[in-house]
Amino acid sequence: MSPLAAVAAQVGETTASTAGEEVLFWIIAPLAVIGALGLVFSRKAVHGALFLAVTMIGLAILYIALEAPFLGVVQVVVYTGAIMMLFLFVIMLIGVDASDSRVETIRGQRGAAALAVFGVIVLLVAVTGRAALPDPVGTAQAAPEGNVYAIADLIFGRYVWAFETVAAVLITAAVGAMALTHRERLARRHSQREQSERRFREGDPKDAAGMPVPGVYARHNAVDTPALLPDGTPAESSVSPVLVARGATRLAEEFATDVGRLGPEPKPGEAESTAERPTEPSDAATSGLPDDSPAAHGTEETDDEPEQDGGDAR
Amino acid sequence: MSPTPYLVLATLLFTIGGAGVLLRRNALVAFMSVELMLNAANLAFVTFARMHGNLDGQIMAFFVMVIAAAEVVVGLAIIVMIFRTRRSASVDDASLLKL
Repeated sequence: MSPLAAVAAQVGETTASTAGEEVLFWIIAPLAVIGALGLVFSRKAVHGALFLAVTMIGLAILYIALEAPFLGVVQVVVYTGAIMMLFLFVIMLIGVDASDSRVETIRGQRGAAALAVFGVIVLLVAVTGRAALPDPVGTAQAAPEGNVYAIADLIFGRYVWAFETVAAVLITAAVGAMALTHRERLARRHSQREQSERRFREGDPKDAAGMPVPGVYARHNAVDTPALLPDGTPAESSVSPVLVARGATRLAEEFATDVGRLGPEPKPGEAESTAERPTEPSDAATSGLPDDSPAAHGTEETDDEPEQDGGDAR
Repeated sequence: MSPTPYLVLATLLFTIGGAGVLLRRNALVAFMSVELMLNAANLAFVTFARMHGNLDGQIMAFFVMVIAAAEVVVGLAIIVMIFRTRRSASVDDASLLKL
């Protein structure tokens, strides 16, 4: 009698938990699928990485619902915490604007791939849908003292050799990554003195003391706004060419109209007073800058300057 | 709850990941799609572990995660190195060995 009562109580418990689990599943599963589709269809790699993080967090929640709390936590820590952040770092390193070209290199490849994907979905869903799977036993019997204890027992007991091998694999991977990304310096590194001498000899003498700094104004202090020259024109060379290439800069005219709209003074006076400020830190650079075409002389210098900096940083 | 919905979800995620590998030519996105496929396989492992009342599937999922971490480290190092020499993250541009 008592085992029957226990079974009945267990069945009642499982049905109650089943309803909650179904609700959880039908909320999480569409989110996970949306994240996966977002990874495939987003044009920028950063957006794809964030969509994939959504999917992985959803899977972590599903693991916890599937009586695997240890794996759920590991999923968040390892995948969402470490691997996705590694991906984001590399995306930042390689260039956020490196998006796919839309040209098909192999003719008909996209259609064939879509057809194959559709076929695999139909096949696998039909197989898993038609399979007569038993109701889950649950891991309560296999893990009487809790999930973490049971997993530790297995990892350090039956699977200890696999565990040791995996440790060796991890060490090898870390060493391999260091060996792959290490770069021997082929030429001698230029000292600061040599760079400065080269700037005097080859560069424009007006830029000998360094490039002008970006705009520093009363209401805006950022690297994306060009400095204003004494005559009110923006100094193009004061903004990093990387920001210009990404289209992340603000036009000086746009900013000047902002300031003019917000501030009490009229616009021309504001522009002149703001033009005074960025000239102070680089006095020698801007004192040599007369009114003639400030944008023209900066271009050839800005082209090779960051290239050389990047080479040194690596 | 029956394991079938979990398995169908794992199937969907796996095929979407496969579609990403086939369709996208940015090496990083293709690599992330491979990660998605590994995750889908993990979901199936955990589902079957619960179905059988046995923790071996969870152990397998754990080892898959560890191997995936090692694989990501080496793969990203290779992608960074190819980008350094070829200035491109597209899988089509690494074709020096092709005749």
